[in-house]
Amino acid sequence: MIPAQFDYVRATSAEHALQLLGEHGDDAKLLAGGHSLLPMMKLRLAMPSVLIDIAGLPDLSGVRRDGDDVVIGALTKHGELAASEILEREAPLVAHAAGLVGDPQIRHRGTIGGSLAHADPAADLPSALLASDGWLELQGPEGTRRVAVDDFFTGYFETVLQPDELVVAIGTPRRMGAGWGYEKFTRRANDWGIVTVATVGGRVALGNMGPTSLRARATEQALARGASIPDAAELAAEGTEPVTDLHADGEYRSHLARVLTRRALTRAAG
Amino acid sequence: MRVNITVNDEPRSDEVEPRLLLVHYLREVCDLRAANVGCDTTSCGACTVLLDGKSVKSCTVLTVQADGHSVTTAEGLDGGAEELHPVQAAFRAEHGLQCGFCTPGMVMATVGFLSENPHPTEEEVREGLEGNFCRCTGYHNIVRAVLHAAESA
Repeated sequence: MIPAQFDYVRATSAEHALQLLGEHGDDAKLLAGGHSLLPMMKLRLAMPSVLIDIAGLPDLSGVRRDGDDVVIGALTKHGELAASEILEREAPLVAHAAGLVGDPQIRHRGTIGGSLAHADPAADLPSALLASDGWLELQGPEGTRRVAVDDFFTGYFETVLQPDELVVAIGTPRRMGAGWGYEKFTRRANDWGIVTVATVGGRVALGNMGPTSLRARATEQALARGASIPDAAELAAEGTEPVTDLHADGEYRSHLARVLTRRALTRAAG
Repeated sequence: MRVNITVNDEPRSDEVEPRLLLVHYLREVCDLRAANVGCDTTSCGACTVLLDGKSVKSCTVLTVQADGHSVTTAEGLDGGAEELHPVQAAFRAEHGLQCGFCTPGMVMATVGFLSENPHPTEEEVREGLEGNFCRCTGYHNIVRAVLHAAESA
């Protein structure tokens, strides 16, 4: 499968990328690792007329501490997240989830900024960052703004990211020693999760239980009231409308959400 | 667009369309046919090559993304004084192939994997090769071959 024709431009800085986005508008797409975009272009589900390659931008890669947060450059690859000693110590949920994305080859190319901007509700990192109470730094022509992951996803593959904006960094509170859990149910190696559950610090995020990664609010509230893990986990699917597809029907997904939430919370408490 | 790519240690300069996939560049422009197009959807790993020493699926990389970088295919594996690279020799010794279609990708994924984890457990081998499918389902001997290669290195 061969993508439709496009022009290819290499950005030399974040400002240059923004300028190119401004010139080409909706016809342009940013290319980092390309592991969400290129498969869509090969299927002609996406046919941008211009690709702006940001993979070589300096300063947008790597993991560092900044006050109470860990800050991750948007171009940091999944494999680098999984191997990061800072994340391993201070945001292990994110490192663990990154290590489960796709397979080693995919983790050598795919980036955290790309995964969040792509906003696949079944992807690992959106739920991990949602449970972590993370945030994104978006740079646009008017400057930068910070958006909580809670407010970032708006629908299937849709976010508040504007066509003239660029994800430059992702942050998560430092949580040294905090219990966490991540459960991913798949039928085959390197599949997307049929349902995923991420939890840390009393927050619980569900993957593939709706059009976006979403919080299991009823479970969180029950935990806050002092409910037991089994009782709280029973509420995990409340308020969700999971889809039926060839992998699982909605009822089965709800069952998985309850079981995986119990496992994730038990692991976090252990 | 002109790209400068070092392929199997030889610098090349070629004029390519931006949409040309790396696997097609290797097969059709460089005439290197080891990397196969299998699923063409980033799943099967038959097109695995090394990009700056790291395994990637060349059906999901644009040639222009490899500009200024180095690519290694199975043709570029160097056995030194021996006929075969140690990983290739291990696949032969353990009969780590049946029809052979997945083999170049398996071998390149293994070379990349062992460079990151030179002394893996069997479970780590299975996880490390999860991006490569053998539709003959000959996985047991492939895993043996990888462990053999790790021991003989």
